[in-house]
Amino acid sequence: MTAYLLHLAILAGIYIILTVSLNLIIGYAGQVSLGHAAFYGIGAYASALVALHWHFPFPLAALSAMLAAGVCGMALGLPTLRLKEDYLAIVTLGFGVIMDLVFLNLEITGGPDGLAGIPSPALFGLSFRPTGRYLIIVAVAVILVLLVTWRLVESYHGRALRAIRDHEITAQVMGINTPAYKVVIFTLAAALAGLAGSLYAHYITFINPESFGLHTSILILAMVVLGGMGSIVGSVAGAVILTALPELLREFRSYQDLVYGALLVGLLILRPEGLLGKGKLSLKFLQRES
Amino acid sequence: MENVTSLLTVNNLTKKFGGVQALTGVSFTVEAGEILGLIGPNGAGKTTCFNLINGLIPPTAGSIMMAGRELLGLPPYHRAARGLARTFQNIQLFGGMTVQENILTGNHLSQKVGILQALLPLPKVRRAQAQAAGRALELLRLVGLEGKGDLPADSLAYGDQRRLEIGRALALGPQLLLLDEPAAGLNPRETEDLMVLLEELRRLGITLLVIEHDMTLVMGLCDRIVVLDHGEVIAAGPPREIRRDPRVIEAYLGKEEE
Ligand SMILES: Nc1ncnc2c1ncn2[C@@H]1O[C@H](COP(=O)(O)OP(=O)(O)OP(=O)(O)O)[C@@H](O)[C@H]1O
Ligand SMILES: [Mg+2]
Repeated sequence: MTAYLLHLAILAGIYIILTVSLNLIIGYAGQVSLGHAAFYGIGAYASALVALHWHFPFPLAALSAMLAAGVCGMALGLPTLRLKEDYLAIVTLGFGVIMDLVFLNLEITGGPDGLAGIPSPALFGLSFRPTGRYLIIVAVAVILVLLVTWRLVESYHGRALRAIRDHEITAQVMGINTPAYKVVIFTLAAALAGLAGSLYAHYITFINPESFGLHTSILILAMVVLGGMGSIVGSVAGAVILTALPELLREFRSYQDLVYGALLVGLLILRPEGLLGKGKLSLKFLQRES
Repeated sequence: MENVTSLLTVNNLTKKFGGVQALTGVSFTVEAGEILGLIGPNGAGKTTCFNLINGLIPPTAGSIMMAGRELLGLPPYHRAARGLARTFQNIQLFGGMTVQENILTGNHLSQKVGILQALLPLPKVRRAQAQAAGRALELLRLVGLEGKGDLPADSLAYGDQRRLEIGRALALGPQLLLLDEPAAGLNPRETEDLMVLLEELRRLGITLLVIEHDMTLVMGLCDRIVVLDHGEVIAAGPPREIRRDPRVIEAYLGKEEE
């Protein structure tokens, strides 16, 4: 039982990183991104591959994951983010689908079978394989990510992002280089998703494309929307709730969808700021998840 | 040749929206330190002119020089860095922010703290923050919003929102401020306060280009006036000449003023 709770805590931690990073794009910069799981997957595969083939130690593998996902994020963001936000939604959605196919069909990613035997982190001979110890790594990563994002959104750069969200044109008139900001924040968010992927890969030690598809992108999006656009605490709550909820409802299996849906609707009503200006998104997510 | 000492030189500016000829060969200058009025009937092309100067839309033809340098091709944020600020006819505040934060967005260009630096609790970062907050407070006082800094921007009364837009534009520390109908929707008392504020800005050395329908304000405040009609300049000169110009009376004053 304790082991199971620790397992859930690790998953929640990984989802917190994913949710907070997506919230930077959606909630702070106001850009719609629908393929966040692709960066999560890129990070997971990159980390697993450098560990398996080149025997990178975990910290280096995690950095490689961030770099790989960040570079992909930048490559996607640079041409797209100059355009209207609808394009970003479509492009990221397409990117998610394409990456899913890439993971599924490349030889190096192991196709549908994925990659197995990804090494657990170890430090001076101390293995972090036991769930309790791995949780420490995840906790440290979560705290670092929260610290960085919190400092960022509280700085005047965070205000620039919110200005872009509220009124992109006016933000430009106020001297804010909106394309640069959008690309930087998109790249950072992708890199953080890559970190989450690395944490996942070295925890589960076995990855396949299933974990990084559209379903996961929508789940992360649901966590952001539920927790509240532009709220870091909200993202933490959204990630924890949507990680725990399906587990808690497991015993009421036959009513699970009903209870799940009702709880979500109730929470959304209690936290209407989570829906600020993004009503369509929340509807989409309700249709998918309940 | 153009007078290089002019702060702003608009030359032969032309803009077509599909079949709509919004501006045709518009030329005028704004001299440093003056208040220039831009007037004309509804749909004359005044706001379009601002959008072009500002870089929100590209012109079909023409050139826009500021302090002797071409602005065309520069995005709005680079024009802002050259000392160009504006307000909007339809107020466009950052609704999700407080009054003070709206002003603080204008400090963006003057802050020299990189993204990585901002993550660290450096004294430099704190100093820059304190400085920006101090300046924001001064600006709030200047535009008469003292004590309202922590209110949500969209909770302000209409007149206060107009003031806040001016305050936010001033936070850029502009050389040239474009005001698009700053008196629209204001009552006579608020309009008087606005005139006092604009006079104060002139004293502070800020050059103003003002679109306005309120003739008391335009005639009372402007050093010179440029009149647009159907996208063309039909007259330019000091208020007393404009008031007597038959073309202006026909095109604008005759229709607009009772
Ligand atoms: N983005 C646009 N697309 C198409 N037509 C436009 C656009 N912006 C302005 N126009 C047209 O250009 C002309 C000039 O409009 P503009 O807004 O510049 O007038 P204005 O002088 O500011 O009028 P007002 O006093 O009503 O604010 C109008 O005929 C308007 O319909
Ligand atoms: Mg107008």
